[in-house]
Amino acid sequence: MKIFKIVIVLLFGGVLIYCTLDFPSWGDPQAPASRHVSPRYIEKTIEETSVPNIVTAVLADYRGYDTMFETIVIFSAGIACIFLLRVSKRKKSGLQMYRHVPTGLTLRIEEGYGPPPDSRDFERIDLMWVPYDLIVKTGSRLIVPFSQLFALYVIAHGHHSPGGGFQGGVILGASIILFAISNNLRLSFTRISEKLAVLLCGLGVIIYAGTGILCTIFGSNYLDYGALSKILGVDVITARSHGILMVEIGVGICVMAVMVLLYYNLASAGRHDEGL
Amino acid sequence: MNEFFSIVISKLNYWVYITLMMIGLYAMIAKNNLVKKIIGMNILQTAVILFFISIGAKRDATIPIITHGHAGEHHAVHAVDFINPLPHVLMLTAIVVAVATLGVALALVIKLYQKYQTLEEDEILEQIRVRDE
Repeated sequence: MKIFKIVIVLLFGGVLIYCTLDFPSWGDPQAPASRHVSPRYIEKTIEETSVPNIVTAVLADYRGYDTMFETIVIFSAGIACIFLLRVSKRKKSGLQMYRHVPTGLTLRIEEGYGPPPDSRDFERIDLMWVPYDLIVKTGSRLIVPFSQLFALYVIAHGHHSPGGGFQGGVILGASIILFAISNNLRLSFTRISEKLAVLLCGLGVIIYAGTGILCTIFGSNYLDYGALSKILGVDVITARSHGILMVEIGVGICVMAVMVLLYYNLASAGRHDEGL
Repeated sequence: MNEFFSIVISKLNYWVYITLMMIGLYAMIAKNNLVKKIIGMNILQTAVILFFISIGAKRDATIPIITHGHAGEHHAVHAVDFINPLPHVLMLTAIVVAVATLGVALALVIKLYQKYQTLEEDEILEQIRVRDE
């Protein structure tokens, strides 16, 4: 049976390799993919949108619909993960672990006994991970703010350098996931709660779609950012550039929130009590 | 012989991606563990992404970002000097969608594990067969 599967895979690869003989060779400027619509994008982008990064302009302006529904796909992935995994019933787990911070002692509290007195000396810890990891916590405390700053730079500077909403959003989400991994899931809920993540994830899509509706209100087609010149007080070309920035911010917020939601639900299997 | 080498050099990038794609496909159809199948799916997606990106390459061209002065003046832009931005745009969104599908797939796998206490495909099928009888 295994040999049968290997034969299928080899057959598939053989057919594809045979097909590549008709493909354009590596780096051929006359390749079909580079001849029809792409020269138009390359030559007209800076005249029409004043955005030097052609990828950003094509992503958010010429192909704005594509990117909007891409954002909606990500949004629905986050929501689908909640629907699949989230356990709303809060089951009281009997065993709890606490650490007495000044002495480093670990308290194991059996089922039926209350938590220790509410003070800063006690912190709740996960059942699976007892040791006090100073290096990991300090290291991540150093890394998290700088990666968040870099993420904001990537989103805001997407017009002039490689970057944009998707990349910046993923870096922002990664920094929050790093915080959640290096500390614990409960502490990261105090920073970004599940409710806030869901709201942000919807807010991103609303910013994107709302920018499009704003364009229709000011008498232009949906997602034709030129119409925004009336409220932004700039000429039509610069208004397109600003419109691209607005939708990129929406994409960034949505992607960040979905990454965080995916981590919260996958790490704790939807129970949201303790994670990795 | 020279002709053969020129073919190899001009098509080598596609062959690398096809090899990656075969690895991913093999993992998807032959592996028994569901997480390994998902990893295979991701390898296949990566192969497709690399394939699209390599289509956009042009000889003697640079990345599709136009350098310009602060006053707004810029030189005439020729399409030959910049690589094709279109595959980059398409794959940029495809990468993020790959992450989203990975998340949903892992959620489904967690659900399956909670129900059957295993991730091996044949054991899950066996349990379903026993339950039906």
